[in-house]
Amino acid sequence: MPGYDNPMGNSPLEVKVISKRFALPNSASLDVYLQHDGYQALKKALATKPEDVINEVKNSGLRGRGGAGFNTGMKWSFVPKQSAKLKYVVCNADESEPGTCKDRPLMEYDPHQLIEGIIISGYAIQAHQGFIYVRGEYRYLLEIVDRALAEAYARGYLGKNLLGSGFDFDLCTHTGAGAYECGEETALLNSLEGLRGYPRIKPPFPAVLGLYGGPTVINNVETLSNIPHIILNGAGWYAKLGSPKNGGTRLFCLSGHISRPGIYELPMGFPLRRMIEEVGGGVPRGKRLKAVIPGGSSCPVLTAEEIDVAMDYDSVAKIGSMLGSGGVVIMDEDTCMVKVAGRIMRFYAHESCGWCIPCREGTSWLKRLLERFHSGGALPDDPDTALDVAYNILGKTLCPLGDAAAMPTISILQKFRHEFEEHLKLGYCPYEKKAVSVA
Amino acid sequence: MISQTLSRKFDQIITRYPLKRSAMVPLLLYAQDEVGHVSDEVIAEVARRVDVRPIEVTEVISYYSMLHRQPVGKYNIQVCTNISCMLRGADELFDHCCQKLGIGHKQTTPDGLFSLEEVECLGACCGAPAMQVNYDYYENLTPEKVDALIDELKKKEPRSKI
Ligand SMILES: Cc1cc2nc3c(=O)[nH]c(=O)nc-3n(C[C@H](O)[C@H](O)[C@H](O)COP(=O)(O)O)c2cc1C
Ligand code: FES
Repeated sequence: MPGYDNPMGNSPLEVKVISKRFALPNSASLDVYLQHDGYQALKKALATKPEDVINEVKNSGLRGRGGAGFNTGMKWSFVPKQSAKLKYVVCNADESEPGTCKDRPLMEYDPHQLIEGIIISGYAIQAHQGFIYVRGEYRYLLEIVDRALAEAYARGYLGKNLLGSGFDFDLCTHTGAGAYECGEETALLNSLEGLRGYPRIKPPFPAVLGLYGGPTVINNVETLSNIPHIILNGAGWYAKLGSPKNGGTRLFCLSGHISRPGIYELPMGFPLRRMIEEVGGGVPRGKRLKAVIPGGSSCPVLTAEEIDVAMDYDSVAKIGSMLGSGGVVIMDEDTCMVKVAGRIMRFYAHESCGWCIPCREGTSWLKRLLERFHSGGALPDDPDTALDVAYNILGKTLCPLGDAAAMPTISILQKFRHEFEEHLKLGYCPYEKKAVSVA
Repeated sequence: MISQTLSRKFDQIITRYPLKRSAMVPLLLYAQDEVGHVSDEVIAEVARRVDVRPIEVTEVISYYSMLHRQPVGKYNIQVCTNISCMLRGADELFDHCCQKLGIGHKQTTPDGLFSLEEVECLGACCGAPAMQVNYDYYENLTPEKVDALIDELKKKEPRSKI
C-alpha cells in the first residue's frame, strides 16, 4: 500500500496481547499464525461445551470494544439455545467513529486472529454462519481478510466438520459503501440485508431477533480478536491484565496534538495522564494541554484538569464521559473549542440517517448554530439555544447517534462556555491566527 | 455491460447470502469500480441479479456516500477534515488541493482526471492528516507531499490528456 506508515506506536509501557504478532514478517499469513499459537484456541474450544466457552468469556471481564462496553460473554448468553431460525455471528468492522483507527491493524496484520475469534463465538452460540461487515473505504483490508478466509477454508479451519469436531461454520466478508450509521448494530443488520441503513427499534435485541430474523451476536473486530487469547490462557489470566470488571488490554489510538501519535496496546485502567505524557510523549512544542476526547468523537470532552483518570469503562463513566472506542484525541492550548464543536456537529449532521426527527433536525440546527460563531451571525443567546437543542436530542432518538451528537456538544458548551462568549464579544475567532498545522 | 470476470464475481458473491438482496450494495460498489459510476444500466443489472425492482436499488443508492450516480475523475481525491485531521492542518490541506487542482468539493477537473471531495474520518487518525485516492491511503500529509503525488499521477497519463 503506497503512502502510509505503520500506524502502530511503540512504547515500553505496552502490554502486547492482540498486537503481539503484528511485527512478525508476513504476520497475516496462515503459516505464521500457526507457528504462533494459531487456531490452538479453536481446538480447545471445540473440545469443550459451548456454554463453558460463554462462561469463560463472561468471567474474563471482556467488554465490547466497539463503544458501549457491554460484557461480551453476557451478550452471548442472551442468545436462545433453541431457535427455529438460523443463528448468525456478525463482526462489526465498520470502524467510522472519528478518532478511531484500531480495527485496521487488527485486520491488516492479524486477520486469522479475528477469524479464529469469530469461529469460536459461532461455536459458543451454535451459529453456523458469520459475516464480517467492513466499511467500504477499507477495500485493501477486505482483500487481506478474503485471502485469509480462503487460506482458512483450504486447511479446514472453516467449512464443514471443523477439525473433525462435527461443527460447521461458514464465514465471509461484506463491504459497506460509506455510512457511519451502519456501524450501529441494528442499522448494520438492515444494511447487510440490502436495505438503507436505518436503525431498528430495540427491543427486541439482535441476540433474540437479528439478521434475517434469527438470533444474532454482533461484536467489534477488537472484541473478537481477544477471544482466542481468553480461551487459550483462561479467564483469570485475562481479567488480571486489566482493572476490576474491565478485563484485558485495549488498543488506544492517540491522535491530534501529541508528539508520538499511534496505536498503543495498554492494560485497561492505564492512567490517561501517563498515556498522554509518557506513552505519547506529551503535547508537541511545549504547548499546554487544553482538552482530550477519551474515546472517539461521541464522548464528552475532558479538560486538562480531568486527566487523572484510569482508562477503563467504569472510571471514565464516573467522571461523566465514556471510554468509547479507544480514540484518544488530544488538543493543545491553541485549539478553538468552538471550531471543534462545530466540526464534530458537521459530522453528525452529515451522518444522521434522517429516520427520526430529533436527530435529523437537531443535528443540522446545531451545525448551523455552532458554525456561525465563525462564519458570522452568531447571537448572544446561541450558546443557550444550542444547549437547549442538544438536550432535546439526548435520549429522544431511535438509535444512539443522537446521543453521540448531543453529548460532546453539551460538554464543550458547558466546560468551554467562555470561548463561545469570547467569540461573541470579539466578533472574530481569537485562535484563527494562532492555530497552525503541526504536521 | 460488465466484464465476464466481474459477472463471475457477482455470481459467487450472491451465493454467500441466504437472501440475494443482501448482495446489492457490494454489487453496486464493484460495478461502480469497473464502470466509473452507478449508471442506469448498472442499476438495471444489479436489480435483475438480486431479484428486486430497479426503484428499490435507487432507493438504497442515495443512502451510501461512496455510491455515485455521476461520473467522477479517474483519481478521486478524498481529503479527511474530521477532528484528528483538522487538528493537524487538514483544512489548509484541503484548500491547497482546491488551488492545485482548480476545483472545489465534489468537482472534477475538465480533463476528467481528478475529482476532489472533503470526507469524514477515514480511519487513519494516527496518520493525520490523511486522504484516500480511490482506495489507496496516503497519510502524514503535507502540501508538498500532495503536490508530488498529484504530479506523479499526471505523469502516468498519456500526453494528449494533460
Ligand atoms: C452511530 C453508531 C455508530 C457505531 N459505529 C460502530 C463501529 O463503527 N464499529 C463498532 O464496532 N461499533 C460501532 N457502534 C456500536 C455498535 O452499535 C455495537 O454496540 C457494537 O458493534 C457491539 O460490539 P461490541 O460489544 O463488541 O462493542 C456504533 C454505534 C452507534 C450508535
Ligand atoms: S479524523 Fe481523519 S482519518 Fe480519522
